[in-house]
Amino acid sequence: MATMHLSVVTPDGSVFDGEVEMVSVRAESGEMGILPGHVPTVAPLKIDAVRIKHENKEKLLAVSEGFIEVRSDAVNILAEAAETPGEIDPERARIAKERAEERLARINEEEIDVMRARLALKRADTRLKVSEGA
Amino acid sequence: MASLKEIKGRIQSTKKTKQITSAMEMVSASKLNKAQQNAQRYEPYTKKIKDVVSGIAAGSSGISHPMLEERPVKKTGYIAIFTDQGLAGAYNSNILRDLMQTLRERHQSKDEYSVIVIGRTGRDLLKRYGIPMFDEITGLPDQPSFNDIKNVTRLAVDLYANEDVDELYIWYNHFINPIQQKVTEKKLLPLTEEVSEENSKGTAQYEYEPSPEAILKQLLPQYAESLIYGALLDAKASEFGARMTAMSAATDNANNMVDDLTLSYNRARQAAVTQEITEIVGGAAALE
Repeated sequence: MATMHLSVVTPDGSVFDGEVEMVSVRAESGEMGILPGHVPTVAPLKIDAVRIKHENKEKLLAVSEGFIEVRSDAVNILAEAAETPGEIDPERARIAKERAEERLARINEEEIDVMRARLALKRADTRLKVSEGA
Repeated sequence: MASLKEIKGRIQSTKKTKQITSAMEMVSASKLNKAQQNAQRYEPYTKKIKDVVSGIAAGSSGISHPMLEERPVKKTGYIAIFTDQGLAGAYNSNILRDLMQTLRERHQSKDEYSVIVIGRTGRDLLKRYGIPMFDEITGLPDQPSFNDIKNVTRLAVDLYANEDVDELYIWYNHFINPIQQKVTEKKLLPLTEEVSEENSKGTAQYEYEPSPEAILKQLLPQYAESLIYGALLDAKASEFGARMTAMSAATDNANNMVDDLTLSYNRARQAAVTQEITEIVGGAAALE
């Protein structure tokens, strides 16, 4: 089966670098599945899991604040953070989730940065999802 | 001449100091190593973002974004990276001197600029000079991760987006080699240079999902943030390089001092021995 080169890069280094058969991501405009030979595209990503398929195995990555760049020969995902299931601390993610939920519940009482709390919740959710999916 | 005991005490204390400085030299050397690795790992990220940004700018004309456009400057923001600890040679004073000079040359009054300062030493120094500050960040780890400085980058980008500042510069020591650091000023925002200087060769024509503007909206802040992070990594490498060099010089000086002191110790001992012999000989002669 045809493959393409995928690299996932963050400011703290490269997280994934290798040949894959398919990548599926959640872009701002909706779910995108990318197979080799895709039209060159640039799209911002939502905070969510990125699914990588290679030799019938599926890998998950938790990606936040990133975008995807598809070229004719390669796919790049650039994100502020990207983690493999092994790198995620489920306990920490759970605590972060609780904190974010608690903040969102108190919105009306205090001045809280709603946007930030929502993003934090989304990040924690994604991490939990990815770490459980492993 | 000082007594034997005094000299001995000084030799010992100098040796102790030497132990400390040489230990710090080695610690800095290993931290420098790590800092350089971090800087290397970060390199591809910023390069890729830059590729995409310039690709969009070159490929589609007529797009606009506040971060790409110069506007009349009413207030200038500066980010200055200092160290938390001292003992790094002229690292902090170099950057302070150049920054102060630039501020004096460029601005008539203190209302025209404000600084985001990173590092305890820098904060104390700038406070003493009464420089207006947006924020101060201290206690960053030696190997900062992107998350550690998220607040700074957010703040900087927000300041620009909210038009609190109309341009943004960053000041830091650029790492040339462990002995040499160069005070560097970089214009962060607006990103005029980055984009216009770039040639469009090799950039494929992309489909933009949903639109080039929407992508720039996310991408440009991300790019600006990555530039700040890059400068910080560079500055950290410089810091350890500067500290390593300073500590190596201190160790050498301590060695010289120990040598000098040992020499005067031996001289004093010799003098004491000679004097004693003279006294004995004199005493014996008097008996005859």
